[in-house]
Amino acid sequence: MANSVTDNSRRRFLKRSTLLASGSLLVGFQIPVQAANKPAAYQDSLTSLMADAFIRIDSDNTVTLLMNHAEFGNGVYTSMAMMVAEELDIDWQLLRWEAAPTEPRYYSPIFGEYLTAGSVSTAGAFIPMRTAGAKTQALLLQAASLFWQTPATSLTTRPGQVVHPDGRRVNYGDLLPVIRDHRLQAPETVTLKAAKDFKILGQSQKRLEGAEKVTGEAIFGIDVKRPNMIYGSVVRPPVYGSKVVRFNADQALSMPGVIKAKAIAAGVVVLARDYWTAQKAAKTIQVTWDDGGLGVLSTERFLDDYRALSNSPGMLAEDIGNALEVTAAAETVFESVYEMPYLAHATMEPMNCTAQVNADHCEIWVGTQYQSNDRTLVARLLGFKEEQVTIHRTLMGGTFGRRASKTADFITDAVEAAKGETVPVQIIWSREEDIRGGHYRPLFVHRMRGSLDDQGYPEAWHQTAVGQSIMQNTKHDPAYMVNGIDIYSVDGCLQNPFGVFPYGTSYQIPNHRVESHNPPKVGVHPHEWRAVGHTHTGIAYECFLDELAFHGKKDPLSLRQHLARDHDRMSAVLARLRIEANWDAPLSAGRGRGVAARIYSISPIAQAVEVSVSGDGTFTVDKVVCVVDCGFAVNPLGIEAQIQGGVMLGLNAVAYGAIDMVDGQVQQSNFHDYRPLRFHQMPEVEVHIIQSDAAPTGVGEQATTPIAPAVANALFNATGRRVRQFPLDRHGFTLKA
Amino acid sequence: MLKIHVNGQSHEVDASPDTPLLWILRDHLHLTGTKYGCGVSLCGACTVHVDGKATRSCAIPIAAIGNQKVRTIEDLATNAPGAEATDYHPAQAAWLAEDVAQCGYCQSGQIMAAVALLDSNPAPTDADIDSAMAGHVCRCGTYQKIRAAIHRAAKQQRGI
Repeated sequence: MANSVTDNSRRRFLKRSTLLASGSLLVGFQIPVQAANKPAAYQDSLTSLMADAFIRIDSDNTVTLLMNHAEFGNGVYTSMAMMVAEELDIDWQLLRWEAAPTEPRYYSPIFGEYLTAGSVSTAGAFIPMRTAGAKTQALLLQAASLFWQTPATSLTTRPGQVVHPDGRRVNYGDLLPVIRDHRLQAPETVTLKAAKDFKILGQSQKRLEGAEKVTGEAIFGIDVKRPNMIYGSVVRPPVYGSKVVRFNADQALSMPGVIKAKAIAAGVVVLARDYWTAQKAAKTIQVTWDDGGLGVLSTERFLDDYRALSNSPGMLAEDIGNALEVTAAAETVFESVYEMPYLAHATMEPMNCTAQVNADHCEIWVGTQYQSNDRTLVARLLGFKEEQVTIHRTLMGGTFGRRASKTADFITDAVEAAKGETVPVQIIWSREEDIRGGHYRPLFVHRMRGSLDDQGYPEAWHQTAVGQSIMQNTKHDPAYMVNGIDIYSVDGCLQNPFGVFPYGTSYQIPNHRVESHNPPKVGVHPHEWRAVGHTHTGIAYECFLDELAFHGKKDPLSLRQHLARDHDRMSAVLARLRIEANWDAPLSAGRGRGVAARIYSISPIAQAVEVSVSGDGTFTVDKVVCVVDCGFAVNPLGIEAQIQGGVMLGLNAVAYGAIDMVDGQVQQSNFHDYRPLRFHQMPEVEVHIIQSDAAPTGVGEQATTPIAPAVANALFNATGRRVRQFPLDRHGFTLKA
Repeated sequence: MLKIHVNGQSHEVDASPDTPLLWILRDHLHLTGTKYGCGVSLCGACTVHVDGKATRSCAIPIAAIGNQKVRTIEDLATNAPGAEATDYHPAQAAWLAEDVAQCGYCQSGQIMAAVALLDSNPAPTDADIDSAMAGHVCRCGTYQKIRAAIHRAAKQQRGI
């Protein structure tokens, strides 16, 4: 554990120091060591010292990293710690982490907001965290140099300590007084290690917060306990978006332990001494709702409307060559309609938030991906200034995008409930509320038309995407909506992509036309869901490509290799996949192989799957081989976990996932009818990472998409039957229970 | 006041007798390692041991516990007096060795289920593991690593 050394000169020195007992040393990369210029600040609270820093060294020798990306299973805390540790010689046992506060200096350098999303955290942190580590290391060497009156160049470090040429050592924490007394500052610029010299980055590192996740000590939002805290359960409307007209809580209020019932925007909240009591009482409340006419909506009707729309011209996202003329002139035009349902995120930890609202301050404890937006919206709700709202970010029991809420919906619930109360209020969503919570991967219809050249290769491609826009009429509208087209609606389908995430398909088809319709945003709140647009565009694109391969008598993987031949990184991924998946080996009857490939947030990824299908359509996924090029692989172990997780979530969705609405009401409610993938259904997932010196890019969402079309393609390969409507279990193929 | 015996200690709680054990543990005893996932025994996140048997704490009211002994995730690791390091249960140690957790939310329940399995079956086969773990949902995709961890813990417990 702690490194303790005896060093008499150090002890004498420390005795002279009057500042030993106080605080911390902060080092940041944006404003170098402001704290060192302000000794008085050391008397301040820790919070005030965190202003511009990523690394804190305390006098007990702990090194605390201020994490400005959220940890929800993505492994980003571990990656960020590795980045720091590559430059700063850290004793891993003395390493601590905290969620960095909601201040602009901690905003994502990629988004300009405090947002963890888009599989870009590793890319965004790669330079800042290494720089912070290098500056801290330089500062400590400088301090030790003064401490021993020895040139800094003669000093070395070991984890947590600077080492004198004669073998003496000093703990980092014991150098704090030197830094203060001499008002030392980290250098303005540092030279970062070259990749060839990395000792930590690129090596598999176990999860930084792994231990607390096996002992039950990890604190998720739902685990927050505050003095005198009470609990709330919200009666939400059966039709999402309805408003409370009136309610009767007489029975609820007569129950022991029930404190209060009141209307908030989301419904009626019941406050009680424990969550069970609140939930039980909530069930007795009678609410009259105004559904604003939304009670007539149904997903069947949406599908009918979208199918019709897909036959009419949409907004033109891309028109390369002349797909309309080529298909009009073609002898045979292949046409398919793909339909993907709404999907709920169903994170294992249901939405929750704890809030305390005083006259001039609001404090919030929550697992969130998007705390700058949360703070803005809470401040607006309360009529506060942003600095009157403090958000304490906890760990998250999954998110898959749900906890990056553009409306801060699960946070404002708690703030509204806590407003007017003198104690903190924790709102927990029941699983039913969570599944019926209205925030879904949008339902999409893609009409695909294509024709082949005389060699059997795709010559024309005409795709029309129809589904509710995620970004339309949101604060992100200007950046993500280009000429009315939500880039998420056609994500990964364009050969000349545009917008803020310009990553299209790796394929080149000479005539390529993509259109998009934004049907009305009613009934639900279309929301990002791990891999966002790709979750539906990827199925349509990669399955229809498979159809064209079949009609053109091409091997599906060979066709992709042909179409991606000008894309070096994807070509390498596909070539590797061919080998690792043993693609060309024969399969026995009843078995099938399928492939799909995508680029998501720069990283090319491809998967090959093997399925076994019995006569009644019951199938198993026997093996998934995944090859990914995510640039420099910061933590191979973490990458493997993300790929396995993405595969599982994508397979789960394609096998079972669907949210249906009838008369405006979501039909699913819990894990019996919104079925999770079970333990024994998880295929073996083999992960191969392309070795690369390119800047690191994402892996968090990349694996979610290819698995779905790869499985559908493999089922076709095994049976000759093509599924174009999802989930599979409604269309003849049931994942073995 | 209701009495309950948890992790070697007796507690009195002021709660309604129909309150599920889960919420007694979480809201009254502040043992938050046991998680709420579905409330209806579908996901296993709330799994604890009641007299040594893996039990869904969300579906059993405190009144039905009586004198039975409840053990939660918080009781698995022990810290010997003066010890610097946590003394992990072999299952926890295996979970760490395999780096199982992602978000980690379901892992308390997964581990409690695995411990109950290992207590009754020191050398589980893949099929045994499938059947013991089928009721435990993970949405992050850690199943493959959980399987490896259970095999590892079993070997360690058998001294292999």
